[in-house]
Amino acid sequence: MEIEGLERILREHSFFAGLGDAFLALVSGCARNVRFEAGHYLFHEGEPANEFYLLRHGRVALELHAPGRGPITFQTLGEGEIVGVSWLIPPYRWAYDARALTLVRAIGVDAACLRQKCEADHDLGYEMMKRVTSVLIQRLQTTRLQILDVYGTHG
Amino acid sequence: MADTDGTTDPMVPRLARIARRRRDGPQVWTLEIEAEDSAGAGFAPGQFNMLTAFGVGEVPISLSGDPAEPDRLVHTIRAVGPVSTALTRLGPGETVGLRGPFGVGWPMAELAGHDVLIVAGGLGLAPLRPVLYRLLAERARYGKVVLLYGTRSPQEILFRRQIESWRRRLDIDIEVTVDHALGDWHGHVGVVTTLIPRASFDPAHTIALVCGPEVMMRFAIAALRDAGLPDTALFLSMERNMKCAVGLCGHCQIGPVFACRDGPVFRFDRLRNVLAVKEI
Repeated sequence: MEIEGLERILREHSFFAGLGDAFLALVSGCARNVRFEAGHYLFHEGEPANEFYLLRHGRVALELHAPGRGPITFQTLGEGEIVGVSWLIPPYRWAYDARALTLVRAIGVDAACLRQKCEADHDLGYEMMKRVTSVLIQRLQTTRLQILDVYGTHG
Repeated sequence: MADTDGTTDPMVPRLARIARRRRDGPQVWTLEIEAEDSAGAGFAPGQFNMLTAFGVGEVPISLSGDPAEPDRLVHTIRAVGPVSTALTRLGPGETVGLRGPFGVGWPMAELAGHDVLIVAGGLGLAPLRPVLYRLLAERARYGKVVLLYGTRSPQEILFRRQIESWRRRLDIDIEVTVDHALGDWHGHVGVVTTLIPRASFDPAHTIALVCGPEVMMRFAIAALRDAGLPDTALFLSMERNMKCAVGLCGHCQIGPVFACRDGPVFRFDRLRNVLAVKEI
């Protein structure tokens, strides 16, 4: 019953839009409902990328710590977005902290479990690779704009 | 200043006095000026004036005040060059030169009956503020109103108190994002284009108004097209090197058009083929 509910939620999440039923069933076997209170961390920089999150409710800040400056937020994510993209590519480690800004409800996906299924079924692996790459491209483009500092006095 | 035939010569500045000066961010000041021969002729949202700092030079500055108060000529200026820096150093009672208003503004008549999506970046919110005043004053004439505003950091949010006040209204959706923030900021972080896919609007009934640095506008237009808006529903305000302001000198030419006379606001399909040309 719970797996059925998870499958429906995963199907409706934009990250899995258009994914076939058979693949959705494989993914949902690695998924669970999770909840984080405001201020709690979903994961920390340097930790193994064991679980990534599909946000259903709430907002998450992606942060880096700089000595003497404290946490610097470089992106916030909300409903319909994915937190964590380092889980599919070695060395499977998070490159930043992810902190809940509000109460967060999400689907957590066991990354090792899904990687194993991707290795066993390369069609599923290719679907996951396309989705993760699409997110990476979007984030690369927005990062370029941030680096350009378009609102500076030269902008 | 009257010409020999009794009309105003658009090339001759009138004298105007600074009535109020307010700091609106790092290097940004808002000046309210009153023309000595003010006739209260008014301005259209999106138009600009040419302001002279005497002895230094003249620059185009968008009108950022309420079009319902035509005698209050409000300009929001970032001190970046010698003229804009000189203007921002002037205090109440001091004199500037004033020509204008000039240019084609935002398509206010077309907005009636539509949802309006405003995408502003940095100081680009200033030429859009008159639109917001008008939309909110005549709220029933328009559908959904959405403002997506991005800027560099929480300290550089323009018109912050006003945005906070508008956000308390139930008839406008406002999202603000900054490019970078420390841990004490609880709003969005990321470039303004990331707000577009998250915003709620019906692309078939929406007109989008975009203003900000040109790079930001290019990416915003791409995101709006991805969201399903046709090119005929996209308007942007172009900043160019306006000098004469009446389409004579050619300094602000963008391909076949002059930004000062034919713009600064253009429907995107008029500029689609020239925006990507680096030499223009």
